[in-house]
Amino acid sequence: MDFNDTAEEAAFRAEARAWLEANAPKAPLSGKSEAELLVLAKAWQAKKAAARYACITWPEKLGGRGGTPIQQVIFSQEEAKVGAPRGFFDIGLGMCIPTVMAFADDATKARFVGPAVRGEEIWCQLFSEPAAGSDVAGLRTKAERDGDEWVINGQKVWTSGAHYCDFGIVLVRTNPDTAKHKGLTMFWIDMKAKGVTVKPIHQMSGGSNFNEVYFEDVRVKDSQRLGEPGQGWQVALVTLMNERLAVGGATGPNYGELLDVARATPAGEGSALEDQAFREHLADWYVQAEGLKLTRFRSITALSRGQTPGPEASIGKIVSANQLQAMSHEALDVLDQFGLISDPAVAPLEAAFQQSVLWSAGLRIAGGTDEILKNIISERVLGLPGEIRVDKDLAFKDLPTGR
Amino acid sequence: MNFDYSDDQKFLKSEARKFLEAHAAPKVNRGVLNDAAKAYDADLWRAIAEMGWLGAAIPEAFGGLGLSHVELCAIAEEMGRVVAPVPFASTVYFFAEAVLMAGSEAQKSALLPKVAAGEVIGCFATSEGPGVVSEASLQTRVEKGRLFGVKIPVTDGDIASHAVVLAKEAGAASLFLVDLQADGVKREALKSLDPSRDLAKLSFDGVAAERLGAAGEGFSLMQAVFDRAAVLIAFEQVGGADRALEIAKDYALGRYAFGRVIAGYQAIKHKLADIYVKNELARSNAYYGAWALSSGAAELPIAASAARIAASDAFWFAAKENVQTHGGMGFTWEVDCHLYYRRALQLGLVCGSVKSWKERLVSHLERRNAA
Repeated sequence: MDFNDTAEEAAFRAEARAWLEANAPKAPLSGKSEAELLVLAKAWQAKKAAARYACITWPEKLGGRGGTPIQQVIFSQEEAKVGAPRGFFDIGLGMCIPTVMAFADDATKARFVGPAVRGEEIWCQLFSEPAAGSDVAGLRTKAERDGDEWVINGQKVWTSGAHYCDFGIVLVRTNPDTAKHKGLTMFWIDMKAKGVTVKPIHQMSGGSNFNEVYFEDVRVKDSQRLGEPGQGWQVALVTLMNERLAVGGATGPNYGELLDVARATPAGEGSALEDQAFREHLADWYVQAEGLKLTRFRSITALSRGQTPGPEASIGKIVSANQLQAMSHEALDVLDQFGLISDPAVAPLEAAFQQSVLWSAGLRIAGGTDEILKNIISERVLGLPGEIRVDKDLAFKDLPTGR
Repeated sequence: MNFDYSDDQKFLKSEARKFLEAHAAPKVNRGVLNDAAKAYDADLWRAIAEMGWLGAAIPEAFGGLGLSHVELCAIAEEMGRVVAPVPFASTVYFFAEAVLMAGSEAQKSALLPKVAAGEVIGCFATSEGPGVVSEASLQTRVEKGRLFGVKIPVTDGDIASHAVVLAKEAGAASLFLVDLQADGVKREALKSLDPSRDLAKLSFDGVAAERLGAAGEGFSLMQAVFDRAAVLIAFEQVGGADRALEIAKDYALGRYAFGRVIAGYQAIKHKLADIYVKNELARSNAYYGAWALSSGAAELPIAASAARIAASDAFWFAAKENVQTHGGMGFTWEVDCHLYYRRALQLGLVCGSVKSWKERLVSHLERRNAA
């Protein structure tokens, strides 16, 4: 066991690092608005694409490098070190464009793949709805055929980046008379089309990272269809297969910062770091955080050996989101009444723990709730039976609905 | 990045599994568990010695196989899966590691070949009463090369031929080598939570003792031995935890209640998913420990602490929830759940309490973060 690159990996890392040092933007990103970051990110994506560092595993004729998954990992590690502006393209290049590549005609692929790789156009994914979260196949947004067009009406929710996206892939119901999974169809859409309205969601954390997207008589051509009518669920599975790669673990303050906060907080004669119960919790979180980091190394090892990572990769979000919530709560408790202050000018670490205690509640839901992830682990990893589906033999229009 | 067993190590591991499934099925554990006169399974012990495992990480110059500690970790994982009723941990992880680490050439030459050949059963005698032994509480003493005092409990103390003992000499703690067949040793078997492993009280009344390692370094050497043993025991715990999960899963898939298998209920599915998550975190932490141990890294104290905490937590959780998944049958003597439940407790204590390791870890982190 060691943590070293193979000779080939070391050579690629050196090459990537040299290119990054010569080309990565040097200006600090903190304090910039989303709009400012978007401009910087687009310029950086174009530069990466020109040097074939965007989409490293894709074939060269699609704008990639024809590289290996481990090369992508190495480049991402090095890119993270230089602090380049990232994140705007992950959903598009990780989920939407692979779906377009798998199901669209050649003309459509030729039109969209290049601009997406170069960061000229950004994509979003429109699946979740107010009445269809974990049970996404229960969605109600409908498309009705009208000659060579389809007319879409309904509402999507939790759409990351919809407010700056140019295109999206949308999953809609085209046949309510059959079982829920069988009546769905996928389309690509122009987010600037007539009848599309994007409204930011005001989150419990105070911010607005996600949107509601309303469709009012939005007309799309039949040529925008991805896959056959009624095959939308199969198409969506191709999209979701890539989701784990596009949605990372929790980010936020770590155990080291919690330790620092406790050390700086007086308690009796000494500091809060001397409290035995606190120390035991801190040990648990260190062990969990290290366990996750090292589990990622195991996955990378599989890639390095040309293998597919094992199911251990599935534990990341469930552990990190819960840990962030628990650690943040402990940090507030350490601070006692002072923990209530969420003003970044006053609270320790610019109120990072006050922000993450709110944000982490959403992380336990986004990209698969704790409960759905446990179902996935127990069914796909451990091979336990799937849930009983009382709706599988009913037509969608006959399904009971609540609020 | 190469953070996994190599192909050769995987081969060794699968051979070890085949061997142990043939020679150390749970009924071998029960043979010891159900027989108060039997402290370990001597046939299995001989067979393991013949495989060369007792000397896996002992250099060839001292009669071992000269493999790395990663290979020993792979064997440990398989030993944990089958809850083997032999003094492997006491002899290999504690006694041999102590001699390897602190012994003189003469001590290594005298003892390690015998460990490798299965002629020595070792034990590591530190505890003297409730709580963590400390400079203040340590009573056992050496005067003019003779050991006096009582150690309780000592795992495998009743069957060991040799011991490494923590004792004070001229007011300073050191480690000492003791031949337990010598005059002045009194052994009393103790009832243990895990009767498939031996437990004893050892009384010393003027027994010949030879210092192991530098004088006055007793506690730091003990801690260094604990670090090494903690990593190896973590692999036994990971092996046991994975096996407990398999047993729970197999039972849940075959047990019907309310008209369907209980493995289909979310209360069971999510419980088993929780076990899986803990097991994977423990495995990753144990791998890091294996890397630190085999490469002699300065990070060993932190890596060993994390491995010990994660693996103790995972095995205990898997073992207790395995019983729970079985319902009433899990509480019977004839179902194997309690073998894992007992072993989880035994391994969770034999190398020091999890509470003490958490304190050790945080004090290291405290220093690292201050630097």
